Amino acid sequence: MSYLAVENVSKRFGGLLAIGDASFTVEQGSITGLIGPNGAGKTTMFAIVSGFLKPSSGRVLWQGREITGCPPHQLARDGIARTFQIVQPFAGLSVRENIAVGAFLRHRRRADALALAEQVAERVGLSHELDKPAAALTVAGRKRVELAKALATEPKLLLLDEVLAGLNPSEVRDIVPVVRAIRDGGVTVLMIEHVMQAVMNLCDAVHVLAQGRIIAGGTPAEVVGNPAVVEAYLGHGAATRLAGHA
Amino acid sequence: MRSFPIEIVGEAVLNGLLTGAIYGLVALGLTLVYGVLHIINFAHGALLTLAMYGAFVAWHTFGLDPYLAILPLVPLFFALGYGVQRFIIGPASRGQDSNILLVTLGLSIIIENVMLAVFRSDTLSVQVDYAMEVVELGPMLLGYPRVVGFCVAFLVALLLFVLLTMTDTGRAIRAVAKERTGAALVGINVGHVYAVTFGIGAACLAVAACLLLPFFYVNPRVGNAFVLVAFTIVVLGGMGSVPGALLGGLFIGVVESLSGLYLGDSLGQLGIFLIFILVLLFRPTGLFGAKA
Amino acid sequence: MTARDLLPIAVFAAVAALLPVFVTSGTWLNFAVFTLIVTLAAQGWNILGGYGGQYSFGHAAFFGTAAYATALLQVRFGVNPYLAFALGVMAAGLVGWIIGLLSFRSGLRGSYFALVTLAFAEVFRVLANASAFTGGAAGILIPLDVRPGNFQFASRAIFYWVALALVVAALLITRTLERARLGAHLVAVRENEDAARALGVDALAVKLSAIALSAAITGAAGALYAQYFLYLDSNIAYGTWISVEALLGPIVGGAGTAFGPVIGGILLHSLGELARKLLGSVPGLDLALFGVLLILVVRFPPRDIPGLLRRRARR
Repeated sequence: MSYLAVENVSKRFGGLLAIGDASFTVEQGSITGLIGPNGAGKTTMFAIVSGFLKPSSGRVLWQGREITGCPPHQLARDGIARTFQIVQPFAGLSVRENIAVGAFLRHRRRADALALAEQVAERVGLSHELDKPAAALTVAGRKRVELAKALATEPKLLLLDEVLAGLNPSEVRDIVPVVRAIRDGGVTVLMIEHVMQAVMNLCDAVHVLAQGRIIAGGTPAEVVGNPAVVEAYLGHGAATRLAGHA
Repeated sequence: MRSFPIEIVGEAVLNGLLTGAIYGLVALGLTLVYGVLHIINFAHGALLTLAMYGAFVAWHTFGLDPYLAILPLVPLFFALGYGVQRFIIGPASRGQDSNILLVTLGLSIIIENVMLAVFRSDTLSVQVDYAMEVVELGPMLLGYPRVVGFCVAFLVALLLFVLLTMTDTGRAIRAVAKERTGAALVGINVGHVYAVTFGIGAACLAVAACLLLPFFYVNPRVGNAFVLVAFTIVVLGGMGSVPGALLGGLFIGVVESLSGLYLGDSLGQLGIFLIFILVLLFRPTGLFGAKA
Repeated sequence: MTARDLLPIAVFAAVAALLPVFVTSGTWLNFAVFTLIVTLAAQGWNILGGYGGQYSFGHAAFFGTAAYATALLQVRFGVNPYLAFALGVMAAGLVGWIIGLLSFRSGLRGSYFALVTLAFAEVFRVLANASAFTGGAAGILIPLDVRPGNFQFASRAIFYWVALALVVAALLITRTLERARLGAHLVAVRENEDAARALGVDALAVKLSAIALSAAITGAAGALYAQYFLYLDSNIAYGTWISVEALLGPIVGGAGTAFGPVIGGILLHSLGELARKLLGSVPGLDLALFGVLLILVVRFPPRDIPGLLRRRARR
């Protein structure tokens, strides 16, 4: 039995088919990537898994239990946390308070929640920014807050929506080990990513979503060599052209 | 429920339609401002009060018939609305929804209480010789001022339609309503268009005030009676929809008139508020279809 | 809560409690009691509006419900006034919860929520005005029977202390909320509802708790009003004046802070009183002044003022 299984999920917005009959699985303890070109439906898929959207058909199983359509706060309580591609800080609050909102989920007492917030901040490298207003941070800083808030809920499964997008190469280098450490701490990670190099580096398995359909899956090396994937990214005929050049 | 002869009910429906057209005119200004600026103008009722006092003073001090007072009041209120948006609401709101809500609430408090300070809480009305005249329609008698109000309200709506569809200003307004950033990029002065729209909304109120005064009264709180009615119409007709505002106005006029007939005057407005709440809760995009 | 949290509240309570020792004039005590009642209503608004970011324009619905419940339970059913007071507060909380359930379940936010609360208050006003049970347009009188056991006191000072005790209690409740999980969740929902939901916050439940608590505190103000003035009509109990007063204090004094409504309420009413003294008693002038202040506070938020001054100085 897979840890997380998405089975035949479709999502329509009016006449637009955002996701069509997509299935994939995530193994426990892995870092699994969900990649694909812009508009492929990755963020929609995340919204479905995390309970923000209901699929038009299909189901989502987590540890064998159906969670399709559970509200996000319920899933967070069960142990599924997510970050947002467009970071969503509580703008008026300090970094410490931002992280504490997540920490309050499993710690009713304020002192405990704040202590956990500090501990999580340490793990993601935010120790020196704790008392700054979240709105005052750089993009990289806000991405870390986004990650820290989700981590503070002490999830079993963490969904990361493009945490690396918008970062410069050295910032990416800094955050890659943080994600790896999270997995090594026992959290299963499913990440949407655009930055291919990081995906190759981090992920144990990758699924490719293009035009709402899963077109490939496997280890990063397998997926990169798959002509269908190259075409999805670079356009029709690209694989043959590339092969011709080689 | 009591039963009434068909003529009485018919008369109530017709009178409701007549008053409803003026409600529609009040709502037209509100919905236009919402459609373009995407703000809810809480000061709308207070501005109507102000316009009614304007028409009253024109009659009382200068002996001007309320219908003739439309001529000076419309440009005056256009300028007032323009200024209020340009110099008060715009700068104070800093683009935040909740701020706009509070600023327009502040404006309505100021207007209402300044009117109270100047005119005291007495209820005033104008005496014009046509106030009691009636128009016969078969067996039914309709008040002359209401019939005039109905006709003029529709005329104004027609003018507004022409303005919005056929003039450059109208095209600019519609461009800003649809796509503010795009409009700004092609060189439309968005701040100016906002203020013009607000000015048009206020001008609609000036007309409505002059139409109401011959058969209504004015006191500092009179606008409150209209503000929820106008909001109901706007929500009912679909926020930002001009034809929706007119249809909604007619509908609400009839509802008010009939619930007044069957429930008595004191409960007459209840029907409107309940409709308002129900529509907001269950169909916030309006009954007449327009998308939010 | 820590000593640092409690100290300002204790100092405020002690200083304010001394007022009747120095001020014995009936008019002034009357003014002080009225200010405290309005402040209490504003403290209620602040829970939902300040901390929760849900701006209600209809807190009169809660003020009036508790006021009418307190009065009617005594007059029509002979209930003990203290019990009637408590039941009135609960009735307001319940009405708050129901209105919240209807509006928040429908996803109403921002302007729409403001409008729908306003409409609810108006519905109650029209009903109270038309119903014989509530005394209709003539209103309802609580018979004068001055006995402490009857929640009626010969001395205004005692009423002042009762009102002060309620304001201090509301301060303590607010401070406790700030430090509790519910408070953190409420602020998170205000700042970003989706992000809060992703972190396990049940936004609907949080908002419902907030509106019930908010309504109960504003209801306490209404019940106290009825008990102090012993007269109500629909325009007093459900009038827009109290909805406006309830939000003015926090907005002017600092929404989402424990002392905001207290500072705002005292400041506004002192200014209003001063204006009356200076300009003579022209009706409406004090409220017009409040309106100007409201716009100024929104235009120039007080927390930005130090920054603005610094920028000016640098120039």
